[in-house]
Amino acid sequence: MIKKLPKKDVAIVGLGWCGSIMAIEMAEAGLDVIAFERGPWRDTATDFNIGYVQDELRYVIQQELMITAAEDTYTFRNAAHQTALPIREYGSFLLGTGVGGSGAHWSGLTWRYNPTDFQLRSHLTERYGAHSIPKDLLIRDWGVTYSELEPYYDKFEKMAGIGGKAGILNGVYQEGGNPFEGNRSSEFPLPPMPMTYAPTLFAEAAKNLGMRPFPTPSGNASAVYTNPYGVTMGPCTYCGYCSRCGCANYSKATPQTNIIPALMRKPNFTAQVQSEVLRVQMDASGKRATGVIYVDSTGQQYEQPADLVILTAFSVPNVRLLFASGIGQAYDPVTEKGLIGKNYAYQTNSSVQLFFNNKNFNPFIAGGGVGQACDEFNGDNFDHSGLGFFGGACIMSNVTSGWPISNRMTPPGTPRWGKKWKQATKDNYLSTTVVRTQGSSYPTRANYLGVDPTYKDRHGRNMMQLTFDFPENDLRMSAFVTDKAAEVARAMGPKQIVAKAPKGPYNIVPFQSTHNTGGAIMGDNPRDSVVNKYLQCWDVPNLFVIGGSAFPQNAGYNPTATVGALAYWAANAIRNQYLKKPGPLVQA
Amino acid sequence: MNKAAVTAMCGALILSPLADAANTFFPDIEKGRYLTTVGDCAACHTVENGPSMAGGRAIETPFGKLVAPNLTPDRETGIGAWTDDQFVRALQQGIGHEGEYLYGAFPYTAYTKVKRDDLLAIRAYLATLPPVHNKVVANQLPFPFNIRTSLMGWNMMFFTPGEFQPDPAKTEKWNRGAYLAEGLAHCGTCHNSKNFLGGDTSDGHLKGYTLQGWVAPAITGDDYRGIGLWSEEEIAEYLKTGRNRHAAASGPMAEVVTNSTQFMENTDLLAIADYLKDQKSDLQRPPKLDAQDPRMVAGKALYTDNCSACHMSNGEGVAKLFPSLKNSGSVLAEDPTTVIRVILQGAQAVATDAAPTGPSMPSFGWRLDDTQVAALATYLRNTWGNAAEEVSTATVKTQRMDLASKP
Repeated sequence: MIKKLPKKDVAIVGLGWCGSIMAIEMAEAGLDVIAFERGPWRDTATDFNIGYVQDELRYVIQQELMITAAEDTYTFRNAAHQTALPIREYGSFLLGTGVGGSGAHWSGLTWRYNPTDFQLRSHLTERYGAHSIPKDLLIRDWGVTYSELEPYYDKFEKMAGIGGKAGILNGVYQEGGNPFEGNRSSEFPLPPMPMTYAPTLFAEAAKNLGMRPFPTPSGNASAVYTNPYGVTMGPCTYCGYCSRCGCANYSKATPQTNIIPALMRKPNFTAQVQSEVLRVQMDASGKRATGVIYVDSTGQQYEQPADLVILTAFSVPNVRLLFASGIGQAYDPVTEKGLIGKNYAYQTNSSVQLFFNNKNFNPFIAGGGVGQACDEFNGDNFDHSGLGFFGGACIMSNVTSGWPISNRMTPPGTPRWGKKWKQATKDNYLSTTVVRTQGSSYPTRANYLGVDPTYKDRHGRNMMQLTFDFPENDLRMSAFVTDKAAEVARAMGPKQIVAKAPKGPYNIVPFQSTHNTGGAIMGDNPRDSVVNKYLQCWDVPNLFVIGGSAFPQNAGYNPTATVGALAYWAANAIRNQYLKKPGPLVQA
Repeated sequence: MNKAAVTAMCGALILSPLADAANTFFPDIEKGRYLTTVGDCAACHTVENGPSMAGGRAIETPFGKLVAPNLTPDRETGIGAWTDDQFVRALQQGIGHEGEYLYGAFPYTAYTKVKRDDLLAIRAYLATLPPVHNKVVANQLPFPFNIRTSLMGWNMMFFTPGEFQPDPAKTEKWNRGAYLAEGLAHCGTCHNSKNFLGGDTSDGHLKGYTLQGWVAPAITGDDYRGIGLWSEEEIAEYLKTGRNRHAAASGPMAEVVTNSTQFMENTDLLAIADYLKDQKSDLQRPPKLDAQDPRMVAGKALYTDNCSACHMSNGEGVAKLFPSLKNSGSVLAEDPTTVIRVILQGAQAVATDAAPTGPSMPSFGWRLDDTQVAALATYLRNTWGNAAEEVSTATVKTQRMDLASKP
C-alpha cells in the first residue's frame, strides 16, 4: 500500500552536487523543496573524522561511500551478441551513495570543457568537412554553448573554492594558465595549489618540449576560503585521501562542505535520506509528472506529489529512473529508434609509469587536484587531418595519493608476490611516478544503456543493462596521445617507462573512471535529444534531468564542473523563466 | 511589517486574556522580542523543538536540578495571570508572584539592572505568544536546598538589587554595553568567578569560572587570559557569527550564540565589546615551562602528529574554521577543564546564519592516554608565547572519569 503525502513544490531525486545545487536554488526562490537520497546522511563533522578518515582499507578497498552491488547493480556486456550478466562487484566505475553522492568521494579536478566540445559536430564539420566524421560516431552539439555556460562555470567555481590559474581572462592570454581554455570572465577564486616534486619535474620537461604546462584546476582548497553561501573551507593538508574518501579538513569541495550547511538552515527545505525513489509518477496523459514514488528503509512505499520533479541521481541512475517511469522511448541499436539510453559514453584513459633511480617523490604528499597538465593534444586543439580519429586527452602529472596498499608500482619482470616483490615495492615506492592521460569518449551506435530482460533488482524492477566497448576511434586517439605522454615522460629522465594505452575490449573489473555520461542527452530538438538546452524533458515539461546523463559525448576532462555548471544553468532557467510561465522553455 | 499586520497584532492583543498588555503598541512588542532574545530567555524556557517559552528545560546546578517555568500567557500554568508588577518584581528582585524566593539559576542578579520599561516590553512580547498549558515543577532540588527561605540569606550576602546607573564619565556606547552585558545579556552569570555558594566573588568580575564541565574564560580586557588582543570588531564578529580569527564558540557559549547574540544588533555587540575591553584585570602570567621539559617534548610530538593539520604548526589555526590555540583564553585559563575535555571528547563549533559551517574537532580520548593528554595540554599552554600552569596526569584521569559518568 503506497501512502500518499502532502504535496511539495519541488521533489529532487539524489542529494549530490546537482541535487544540492538545485535544492538551494529552488529554496532561494521560495519554493517548498524536498530532496530524496537513497543513502545515509553524511556531514563532515560527524562522518569524516580527522582521527580516522585516512583509512585506505575502509574507504578505498572496501569502498564505504559507494553503493554495493547487493543494493543496486547493472548487467554488462561488451556487445549486443553477448549475454549481459550482473556486475557482482563494482570495479570499472564506483557509484557513490549517501548525502554528497559522488561529490563526496571525487578527487577534485575541476575542468571546464573547451568551447569546441559543446559544438563538436558543427565544429568538426566546419573544419574537416561532414564526410570526415565516421557514420558510426554519434557525436552531437549540446544545444548550449560555452559562452552561455560560462557564468555558471564561474558560479560553480566560486561556490566550490576552485584553485587554479586562468589561461584566457577576458580574451587575454595569461602566462602560466591553459592557453587552450575558453574565455574566463574572472580569475579562479583561489590560487593554484603549491606543487609537489613530480608535477614540477613534469612541467619542466613539457616546457623543454615546447608545450605550455599549467597547474590543474583543483577542488582541494589552496587556502582558507569562504564561499558566497558563507561556508568556509580550510587549506588542503595534502593527506592524499581524496578519491573514494570524505575530507575531514573542509578542504575538498563537496556538497556537505560547500552547500549543505547553508541549505539545511532553510526552513523550506527537507532532506529525506535512506529513501530511494523508484519512479517518477506520471498522470494519465504521460505528459506531466505528478510526483515520485519512493521506498524508505523499512520497505514502506510513499507517493510524494510535487509540481516540479528534478532528477539529479547521477548519470546512470537518472537514465534508469526514466526507464522505470516509462518516460520516452528506449533506444534500440538495431532499428536506431528511441533516445533513452542512447549516446552512452565514458572516458578513455591511459598511463605512463616512470621508474627513476635517484628521485624521491614522496608520493604520499598528495591531493586529488594537485598537478600540472598540458592541453596541446586535447579535444580539437591539434590538427586531426589524416590521423584517423577525433578527440584527444589531457596529459598530466596528477599525484592523487600514495596509498600504502594500492600504490605499489614495480618494473616489468617483478614477481607478483613474495620476497622479490616486497623488495621491489620498497625500492620503487618513493622513486616512481605516473604521467596520465584522460581522454575523450565518443558515442557509437553499439554503446548504450538498456533494460535487461532477465535480471531484476531488489525492488523487482528490471535491471539496467550496459553495453559498451571502446570505439576504434577512441583507441586510436588514446594510442596517439599516450605516445605524446611518453615523450614528456622520457624527457623527465627516468631509467625506464612503461606506457599503457587501452587496447580493448573494455573490462568492467579494474577501476578506470566514474565518468559515465549520456543516456538522456541534451540538444536543440526532440528528434535527437531527451532534454532541451535547459535540461528540461522534451516530453514532460515539469521534469528536469540533470547531470552527466545530458552529455552527448564526453570530453578529455573530468566532468564535475560541467555537471555543476549545467545545474546552475538549469536552475537559472527554472527560476527566471519556468516559474513565471510553467511549460516548455524551448518550443519543439 | 505593514500597517495591516500591526493592526492585526493589536487586535489579537485586545482579544488576549492579558488585560495589562491590551494597550501596548506594536513597537513595544517588537522591542520586547529583541530584548527577549538579548536576554536569551529561550535558552532555559524553551525545550529543543518545543513550543516557545513553554518551559520545561532542566538546568543542572551544583546543588541539583531546577526546571525553567512556563512563560507563555496561559493563566493557569504560565504567567498570564501575573500583574506587570509581579513580573517586574520577579526579574528585579528574584521574588515570584506568590512571594516566594527564586533560585539564582534564574539570573535576577543581572536582570535587576534592566529598566522597568524594557522589562514591560519583554512582558508585552511574551503576551503575544500562543498560551501553552504546561505545568512545570521548577524546584526539583534535594533537601536542604529545596527550602526557599534559605535564599533570603543568600540574597543578603550576594545580591545587590537596583536598576543600572549609567557612568557619566563614560561614553554612551560604553554605558549601552555595560547595561546589556551586566543586565539582560547576563555575561557574568557564567563568566564571573563564584564562591562555593554560587555568589559572585568580590574580585572575580568577568575573570572566568568553570561550570557545566566547561571553563567560561576571562572576558576582561586582559591581554593574557582575557580578550584584550581581540579588536571590538572581532568581539562583535564572534558574537554575531560564532567565530573570528581567534576562536570558535562551542559548548554552552555555542547555545548563547545560537539563541541570542547572532540576532543582536551590531551596534549593541560593538557596545558590549567596548565595555568588556575596558574591564581591567591583573591576571598574572606564570613563568613559561621550559621547552626541554620532557612533557613539553612529548607534547610537541603529539601536537605535530595529531593537531597540526588543522591548528597549524604555529598554533594559529585557520581563521573562522579552526580556532587559534595561541593566546587562547580557553587554552590558558587557570583551570584546564576546557582544554582537557576538548582533547578527550572533541567539540563542535556553533553554526550560524552568517557562518553556517559548524566545524568539529573529533575526540582523541580513544587514542591518547591520560599522560599523553596531560603532556599535550601542558605543551599547548606553554608554547607559541603561551604560559600557563602545567596539567597533571591525575587531573586528566579525574576529568576522563567525570566525563564518562555523564551521558
